[in-house]
Amino acid sequence: MKINRPIIWIIILLLLIILPLIGYNCGNYYAIHVAGLVGIYCILCVGLNITVGYTGLLDLGFMAFYALGAYTAALLSIKGISFWITLPLSLFLGGFIRYLVGAPVLRLRGDYLAIVTLAFGEIVRLIANNFDWLTNGPKGLPRVGEKIAQIRLFSLVFKDDLLFLYLILFFLIGTIIISYRLEHSRIGRALVAIREDELAAKLSGIDVLQIKLVAFVLSGMFGALAGAIYVHWIGFISPEMFTFWESVLLVSMLVIGGMGNIAGAILGVFLLVGIPEILRPVLGTKFVDYRMLIFGMIMIVVIIFRPEGILRSKRRALELHTKEKE
Amino acid sequence: MFIEQLVNGLTLGSIYALFALGYTMVYGILLMINFAHSEIFMVGAYFGFWLLSCLPVFSPQFLPAYFLIIFILSMFGAGLLAVLVERFSYKPLRHASRLAPLISAIGVSIFLQNLVMLTVSAQSQPYPEKLSIRQFHLFGVQINSLQIFIFGLAILLMIILKIFISRTKLGKAMRAVAENHTVAQLMGINVNTVISLVFLIGGGLGGITGVLNGLYYGSIKYNMGFLPGIKAFTAAVLGGIGNIKGAMFGGFILGIVEVLAAGYISSIYKDVIAFVILILVLLFKPTGIFGEEVTEKI
Repeated sequence: MKINRPIIWIIILLLLIILPLIGYNCGNYYAIHVAGLVGIYCILCVGLNITVGYTGLLDLGFMAFYALGAYTAALLSIKGISFWITLPLSLFLGGFIRYLVGAPVLRLRGDYLAIVTLAFGEIVRLIANNFDWLTNGPKGLPRVGEKIAQIRLFSLVFKDDLLFLYLILFFLIGTIIISYRLEHSRIGRALVAIREDELAAKLSGIDVLQIKLVAFVLSGMFGALAGAIYVHWIGFISPEMFTFWESVLLVSMLVIGGMGNIAGAILGVFLLVGIPEILRPVLGTKFVDYRMLIFGMIMIVVIIFRPEGILRSKRRALELHTKEKE
Repeated sequence: MFIEQLVNGLTLGSIYALFALGYTMVYGILLMINFAHSEIFMVGAYFGFWLLSCLPVFSPQFLPAYFLIIFILSMFGAGLLAVLVERFSYKPLRHASRLAPLISAIGVSIFLQNLVMLTVSAQSQPYPEKLSIRQFHLFGVQINSLQIFIFGLAILLMIILKIFISRTKLGKAMRAVAENHTVAQLMGINVNTVISLVFLIGGGLGGITGVLNGLYYGSIKYNMGFLPGIKAFTAAVLGGIGNIKGAMFGGFILGIVEVLAAGYISSIYKDVIAFVILILVLLFKPTGIFGEEVTEKI
């Protein structure tokens, strides 16, 4: 039986619009908040998937670009500049810094690249922690007496979680569409070719460095996007939020959910962010303490027994399971 | 002042150098970054902590023997843990893509950190002070006995390791496996045993470094491994990863640079400087100081 694909998408879209309303009217504000958080992580993960999943470059400092987006947005917003101007500016800055970092660094081999991104991520965090005049150091932004401007759309003022949830969903759908179109474009095929065999890709006439850079910058911009939205939503930002372990958590979501697959990335977010947050009131804080222990274990088991992740990307699974030689 | 900083730098450098040996030995033989090595270091420190708190010193004249036992036991414990980690989480991935063992190692790292945090403590704990530290004045420079001890022990362990690798049959087997797994196997070397041995030695050195670190700084915490781990890796890369002499020099150079930077520039940026060195070396001279140029195998 074949169901029209657009119909499924329309149903999903309607559910996404209606479910938050139902939750809101039932007074389930916590669920709305968790949904918003999951949405932010989905943008991050789908963005990171372009680097880690499609191109096969392990990025252990992705949160640095989330931080760049968030700090840029916060600093501009405090000055009273509208969200619709700060957003493109933070995206631009995030992408630009990502370009500056990527241009020299992307020549490196896989594991060295991972370490360099880690080091860069830590440098950004340390700078945010120590440039008091700019970032207010560990106390975070905004400073006492300052306020991050509210997002306004015509006469609509984004104040409560519900409106922000819709805003996040809007950007998430945009992220997914761009990522999906990219995957199935010429560039997307080039990325996969680079992931599977860089030398063969080069021999096929792909400008490896250039294409890697496109993916790297694009994915960094999604990081900045998530940061800019998050800071407007929560209204606070501090260097604590961008530790190395946060970046690692993102990578483990991708590994567990399924690298190179948008649905896998989203599943990873649900498993590692959604479910623990939903279970928090039920099982108490004890469970939350144990979750990282469990994630670490799941990560090892998944990478050994099902390296393509729970929801496999067809291309990646094919490649992983035909490689019996050597 | 400068000489004093140099002494501090050498002490710190000894810790980095011993720590870096574990990274460099594993990289030399498996071409993988053993990300979980920093957790072996942490667990080693906790082993030492546990032993120091449990075992009593019966009499002051037994103190050297006491510390010898503690070092050997925590070395062995940490080494054994490293071997187990390799068996369960890296060995199944030996023929997978290069990033798979790195991801698995990150999983191990998360697991061990949280295990210690949940089973021992999430707070930092004071290290038992069983060693009475004496201050010396040498040519107007203040040195304490612990610094001399750490430096001496590091040099001693490195000499033993060097002799082991270059003179013994097992060391020869290790060099052969590092050169080429398949050919080494054809020569009758049990590759798996040799790899386990490398993890035992590397992990043991990591564990003893953890104990020294605990004694030197006086406190330990479940996440204490991360930052020194990255710096030790920097030291390994700086000297030329896979090269044992390189790890020693890299460690000392990094230790001195870091202490001087903290003293003369700003203590806030000493971590930043280590990270910047890491990035610059990887970008401009990934083979490090002593590393040989290796053409990538296709």
